[in-house]
Amino acid sequence: MNDKKLYSITALFNTPDEISKAAEVITNEGYQKYDVNTPYPVHGLSTKMKLKPSTLGYFALVLGLSGAAIALLFMYWSMSIDYPMIIGGKPFFALPAFIPVTFEVTVLMASVGTVLIMLFFFFKLPNNSHPLHDTDYMRKVSNDKFGVSIEAKDPKFDAEKVKQLFSDLGAEQIEEIYYDEDEINHKNKVFEPRFIAFLFVVAIIVAGGTYFMLNKLLFMSPFNFMMEQHRIDPQSKETLFADGFGMRPPVEGTVARGFMPYLYQEEPEKAEMLLSNPLFATEENLKLGQKKYNTFCSPCHGYFGKGDSRLNGQFPNPPSLHSEKIIQWQDGRIYHVINVGQNIMPSYSKQLTENEKWAIVLYIRALQRALNAKEEDLK
Amino acid sequence: MSSEEIKINYTKKELPAGFSRLGFILLIVGVILVLLSFITDYNRTTQNSVIIFTFLTSISIGSLFLVALEYLAGAVWSVPFRRISEIISFIIFLLPLFALPSLLNFHGVFHWSHPEAVASDELLKAKAPYLNQTFFIIRNIAIFLIWWLFYTFLSGNSKKQDSSFDQTLTRKNIKISAVFMPFFGISLTIVAIDWLMSLEPHWFSTIFGVYYFSGTILSALACLTLMVLYLNEKGLLVSGLTKDHYYSLGALMFAFINFWAYIAFSQFMLIWYANLPEETFWFITRWQGGWSYLSYGLIFIHFVIPYAILLPQPAKMDPLRLKLASIIILIAHFYDLYWLSMPSFSKDEVLFSWYEIAFPILAIGLFITVFSIKSKKINLVPIGDPKMKRAMEFKL
Repeated sequence: MNDKKLYSITALFNTPDEISKAAEVITNEGYQKYDVNTPYPVHGLSTKMKLKPSTLGYFALVLGLSGAAIALLFMYWSMSIDYPMIIGGKPFFALPAFIPVTFEVTVLMASVGTVLIMLFFFFKLPNNSHPLHDTDYMRKVSNDKFGVSIEAKDPKFDAEKVKQLFSDLGAEQIEEIYYDEDEINHKNKVFEPRFIAFLFVVAIIVAGGTYFMLNKLLFMSPFNFMMEQHRIDPQSKETLFADGFGMRPPVEGTVARGFMPYLYQEEPEKAEMLLSNPLFATEENLKLGQKKYNTFCSPCHGYFGKGDSRLNGQFPNPPSLHSEKIIQWQDGRIYHVINVGQNIMPSYSKQLTENEKWAIVLYIRALQRALNAKEEDLK
Repeated sequence: MSSEEIKINYTKKELPAGFSRLGFILLIVGVILVLLSFITDYNRTTQNSVIIFTFLTSISIGSLFLVALEYLAGAVWSVPFRRISEIISFIIFLLPLFALPSLLNFHGVFHWSHPEAVASDELLKAKAPYLNQTFFIIRNIAIFLIWWLFYTFLSGNSKKQDSSFDQTLTRKNIKISAVFMPFFGISLTIVAIDWLMSLEPHWFSTIFGVYYFSGTILSALACLTLMVLYLNEKGLLVSGLTKDHYYSLGALMFAFINFWAYIAFSQFMLIWYANLPEETFWFITRWQGGWSYLSYGLIFIHFVIPYAILLPQPAKMDPLRLKLASIIILIAHFYDLYWLSMPSFSKDEVLFSWYEIAFPILAIGLFITVFSIKSKKINLVPIGDPKMKRAMEFKL
């Protein structure tokens, strides 16, 4: 009992009018660290107590605004920068579609954040003990009495004067509240092994239940009704169409995205005349050409285009790429041969992209130039 | 608490002479401007009358809705303000005056009334059983007659109570309000469809009635707040009204600002997302040329600015900020109706000049004049209402 300290002196009153008057008088006396406890909200008390407006609203404002900003930035980054996808033909940054989500996140951040700030910042949550708890005073003010408690920490606090003030105000019961230093600072039950074990069990039940629900139950009849829908699945049989295919062939003349059909399949001369290399002979393009040439062309044509196949006669050797005929060819003609093939050389249009084909043409030109270097190339 | 202390301290006083004089001057100026605009541009004036007709409908029937709502909800805080709503809703008797110009020039305002347009248009043909001139006029007359009937009962009972202090009158009015409420919902939707949506007869939006409703209640509340603040400043209302009474007005306005934004955005987003040509063209018209600035402006004047003004809790009790918000909301509702109807008449360019100002001046003048004439005879506070004492005790 010796280490108990005085927390406050409390007084109980019978009516809201008395407590209003008491609050007014105590405020005018200059006490700051005091609080009023009533069983229900008493109108006008906060003005009598001269309480400052709560600052919680500003936290809510900041949290709400940051929620809006986070939601918008996240959607902007994920939908327009990191993984842009066309959804319903809308622009990547489709603001109207983002507004409901922004609104939800704003409300969520503001409400949950405000409650958490209230609990942890204003009520100092992990410490859930208060000297007024479990006192006769608290039992009465949560029933039918109106109480006021002046803390010992108040700069003007003087036990005799406070008691005198209370009895002058007509208090029904005046009581001193003590608290135990150890009790206030006692270890939280959160860290007890039994509680942690309990949390663990709850986690297993919740995770197991969720797994059973989403991966088992929803695949059992009758909960699997979502899987049987009146729609035609891709690559499935379908009696609706005469040919029995569920998937429809594209309309004649359909061109795939990012694909340009080759127009000069049978006309090498036309290709030579009309096509020109869109790439410049930069180091990057030549490196790409070299890599692709070495992979796809060199097995037959040889690393330097001399027609020296590495296949040792398993396959007829192609003619040299340094012949007068091929040097005279325009770029378009070489491109055509890569695209369509020639004699026993097959088409490479499936293996190579447009850029890679033209890069190979550039590289072949570089090989030809290397064998027939001009005077000025040596400078 | 001690209820013996509270007395209803109301003495009937005359409105300030300057108030009714201002109304009279505005009325005269408005009449002259409207007549001038009739002579110079008949078509445009009749089209403008649709805007002012729907605006005054909003304020007047919205006020009657607030009266009925108070009876049904058993609201206490709003009792001292109810008589003002009742007086404002008297304007429903004057609405035919503003409907008349557009009815006279029916073909110039309502595209669907042209028989040759209907004949060559499958959609209009399908809508003809509803959208035809005879049925239009019949249903609108019916709606107005029933509105007048409800006004007469509600307001008559309320006035009778001032002298008789009869509590059964309140009970009667609760029953009348209960009948009025569903009828109000249906009739307001019909008015919104007939007068605003049918201007673009190919377009449809199922939320349109609710959209007009949100603006209706918002403008009725703003009008009530403005009048309450003005009259209370002049000491014409019962003494003892506190900030707590104002707070509820401000909070309701704030709520309906959000409601309007919610409905307006829902309407826009569904149409934008579905991207069906028969719906989107209405918004495309409003998102092209000069109209696009007006569309963006609407977001600010109808939502962002009043929202920011009313957001802090003290603002909902501060007469100055409440007045500012009310005036902005009233302007915004007119702006909204202008934005709803005008692009249908002038697709390419934004038309705004003194033609559009003439009717509002007339309407403000008429409103003030009607208010000062009506308030000469009756109390501005329902002193006989059994809830009046509790209303004066009202605390947040």
